[in-house]
Amino acid sequence: MTDTGQTPGARLGLKNRTTSDENVRQRYRKERRFKLLGQLALGSAIGMLVFLLVTIVGNGYSGFFQHEIALKVHLDPARLKLGDKRDAESLARTSYGNVIKDALRSEFPDVKGRTDRRALSKLVSKDADTAVRDAVLANPEIIGTTQTIWVKATDDVDTFLKGHMSAVEQWSPDVAAKLSLEGDRVRITAAGSAFRDLQPADGSSYLVSINGGVVKLIDVAGGVAKGEVLVAPRDTATTPAGAWHISAYATPESDRRLNDKAIAWIAKLQAEDRVENRFNVSFFQTGASTAPESAGIWSAVVGSFLTLVVTLAISFPIGVLAALYLEEFAPKNRWTDVIEVNINNLAAVPSIIFGLLGLAVFLTLFGLPRSAPVVGGMVLALMTLPTIIIASRAALKAVPPSIRQAALGMGASRLQTVTHHVLPLAMPGILTGTIIGMAQALGETAPLLMIGMVAFIVDIPGGFTDSATVLPVQIYLWADSPERAFLAKTSAAIMVLLAFLILMNALAVLLRKRFERRW
Amino acid sequence: MSGLLLAGCIAILALVGFWLGRNRAMALVDGNIRNLHSLPGYYGAYLALWCALPALMLVVIWSILDGTVIENLVIAGLPDSLATQSLDQRSLFLSSVRNAVSGNIVSNPTPDILAAATHYAALQSLSHWVLTAAGLALAAAGLMIARRMIVPTLRSRETVEKVIMVIMIAASGVAVLTTIGIVLSLLFEASRFFAIVPITDFLFGLEWSPQTAIRADQVGSSGAFGAVPVFAGTILITIIAMVVAVPIGLFSAIYLSEYASPSLRGVAKPLLEILAGIPTVVYGFFAALTIAPLIRGWGEGLGLDVSSESALAAGLVMGVMIIPFVSSLSDDAISAVPGALRDGSYALGATKSETVTRVVLPAALPGIFGAVLLAVSRAIGETMIVVMAAGLAANLTANPFAAVTTVTVQIATILVGDQEFDSAKTLSAFALGLVLFCATLMLNIVALLVVRKYREKYD
Repeated sequence: MTDTGQTPGARLGLKNRTTSDENVRQRYRKERRFKLLGQLALGSAIGMLVFLLVTIVGNGYSGFFQHEIALKVHLDPARLKLGDKRDAESLARTSYGNVIKDALRSEFPDVKGRTDRRALSKLVSKDADTAVRDAVLANPEIIGTTQTIWVKATDDVDTFLKGHMSAVEQWSPDVAAKLSLEGDRVRITAAGSAFRDLQPADGSSYLVSINGGVVKLIDVAGGVAKGEVLVAPRDTATTPAGAWHISAYATPESDRRLNDKAIAWIAKLQAEDRVENRFNVSFFQTGASTAPESAGIWSAVVGSFLTLVVTLAISFPIGVLAALYLEEFAPKNRWTDVIEVNINNLAAVPSIIFGLLGLAVFLTLFGLPRSAPVVGGMVLALMTLPTIIIASRAALKAVPPSIRQAALGMGASRLQTVTHHVLPLAMPGILTGTIIGMAQALGETAPLLMIGMVAFIVDIPGGFTDSATVLPVQIYLWADSPERAFLAKTSAAIMVLLAFLILMNALAVLLRKRFERRW
Repeated sequence: MSGLLLAGCIAILALVGFWLGRNRAMALVDGNIRNLHSLPGYYGAYLALWCALPALMLVVIWSILDGTVIENLVIAGLPDSLATQSLDQRSLFLSSVRNAVSGNIVSNPTPDILAAATHYAALQSLSHWVLTAAGLALAAAGLMIARRMIVPTLRSRETVEKVIMVIMIAASGVAVLTTIGIVLSLLFEASRFFAIVPITDFLFGLEWSPQTAIRADQVGSSGAFGAVPVFAGTILITIIAMVVAVPIGLFSAIYLSEYASPSLRGVAKPLLEILAGIPTVVYGFFAALTIAPLIRGWGEGLGLDVSSESALAAGLVMGVMIIPFVSSLSDDAISAVPGALRDGSYALGATKSETVTRVVLPAALPGIFGAVLLAVSRAIGETMIVVMAAGLAANLTANPFAAVTTVTVQIATILVGDQEFDSAKTLSAFALGLVLFCATLMLNIVALLVVRKYREKYD
């Protein structure tokens, strides 16, 4: 208080009493600005959260779905190399690739040349084999007949159909069109501005679906368009208005992973209602795969579960025992002080350091297996231990001393007091802290990278020492993959992970609400 | 797994011991438990502990030593021509033997390897059987001996409680052991690194390219281990993150604690907590695939040259991740300021914002300072966001649009996948880890000290 001549008002920005009205207004403006800043800060934080979640969900919901194609498969025993055998083992062992290829070729008999045929067989996923095999194994009688079997489309087809490959504009002109063949070219004549002055040379592709065929436009002049036949039309009858349509694909053919021919094949199948976007069940049943359409999260989920079991089995008992000792029994001396400071510090050590510890001690020194849930669980247990100890101590501290005194007064020993009375009362709080610690461990990635849990795991891990990966690491691996389809898969996997986390946190909140006692 | 099975057997024996001990104590006093020193259950527990503890200790110690002893025996049993080879050759030989034993494919199984593998497998199964027999025998012996010791005057409760107390002390020692393990392993590996690369070169060198070539005549065969660009990148990203997190976090905390209605508080606080609960890999994905292209697009619109792995994208998202830390810790600090101080300020005619900036914030400053320090330590140690969104190239730059690398990125990329454990490249990760550990430890200690020292002011 050196400025003794000043009134408190002067220090708050008041100049003198005559202009105080103006000053008050100014101070209120300042007040409003300050409040607005607070609102802006809170709004931007929550806005970021919403933006994040919307992006994830917007990218991810399509990852749960997968386009499938209905194939008319002729199950020729000769092509299946079965001979007279119909037993389950030879049915399971034989390759169904040939009959799938035949099905596609009979669908598009015009397709000639190796490149085109290979492109054609790439419409359906490698998983198609499994789908046909499952159908045959379910009912071996169907061999020799022709069956309609739904098989997965490849990731490229799926990406295209989900609209991620090229912007598509589709319209059906309200005038009739006349087809006429000119050698290997075709001429489409339509009145009015059906072709909208299209410029096929501008890099976009314009495909006309007409009479069950698909024509790629090469040249447009007024009402007359010339084009190349991609899928042969049934006939050259005049098509009425509304029964034909034009699709424009903005991305140039060379920039797409599917060329115009493949798109035309898909268009034909679509016109026959043989392409469907279905819920992808196998996403929840399979492990990693190089093909996005057959990649799933189940092996990662199982890996996460095994890892968390180990984490819980180690960190819960040790954490609770340590908290009990420190809170109830430990004398206040330098040694317990060291332990306390040490636990607080450990809680703030970067997680990757725990990974280094795991690598140097568990893997190199103890020679435990790489990539195994048991090692991952141990590393995460050390990481979550401080969280559990701190939460358990808080819960123990909240139990009123009168309960301890009453028990001691009845002749219970200190340990009996704690195990019979204090611990049961503190249990809800301890469990809440443990669940939150487990949620933290479930979302952790970095330390697990250090101990080799980044393996490409196709099989579902069966035990604690099998090679495994966990959900966050699977997300990390998929996020690195170049295929567009993995973007949706990654977001879908994130949604699953977030769902688990929300579930665990909701459980913690429920526990707290249900059992929390105010003394 | 056989170790687990054995432990299970011992546990079952211990349960039997509990039942025996309890019954024995009851039988000794003809069911009149007032003549016992402790409750009957304690006699059971006494017996169970005698049965399980020595046997389990044997199993643990045996499992730790078993591998080394067998390997030494195998080496001792080798023909002279192999026994004289160098250490490296020997470890190579041993690893092929181990592979052969566990049924993996061995590239060229020489008769020597196969012979040694048979020997190894024989020793292994012998060790297994001896351990099983010894463990079970020890458990049974413990059972017998302790059962004889049970008399009504035995102070079994005190013994049992002492053992439980020792277990509890050991459990609290785990945290200390973890710290010691971290420090020792980092120091040990880092010292090996500093034996190859002088510590001054590491701390003050301006070039970082840890790729050491396999052949001497390759380009860039001499790896450069000057970590300054890596530190600079870490600091740059941390600064960007703090520029985002501190104002937003602090103002959110102020608004929530001083202005917001209880209902808004009830909604907004859990929302901020969700932000803290989102796994970092999700933030990394968000930064790499949403924010980075966005910033790149804007930058190109403004005619700037923006790297697709810019420090800005990683820093911004990291800032968002840290907002809840800053806000919840500052909220605690602000709430800890006694209401009387606010009331005094209002009584003098100050507006809310004047009260906050001139009374509440100065009083809460130590707590807020601690919160910011903890947030910085969090940002430095954060891994996944930078691994996914920041680059690998160690550029010494302060340009937020350029790609930089961080300590954690380097550790992660060096150690992911297969690595030879002795190369300077692998060891450099531990040196970086040591620096990271020291930096975060210092920040944490300072933060905890500041918070602890000044919080007591109003208590």
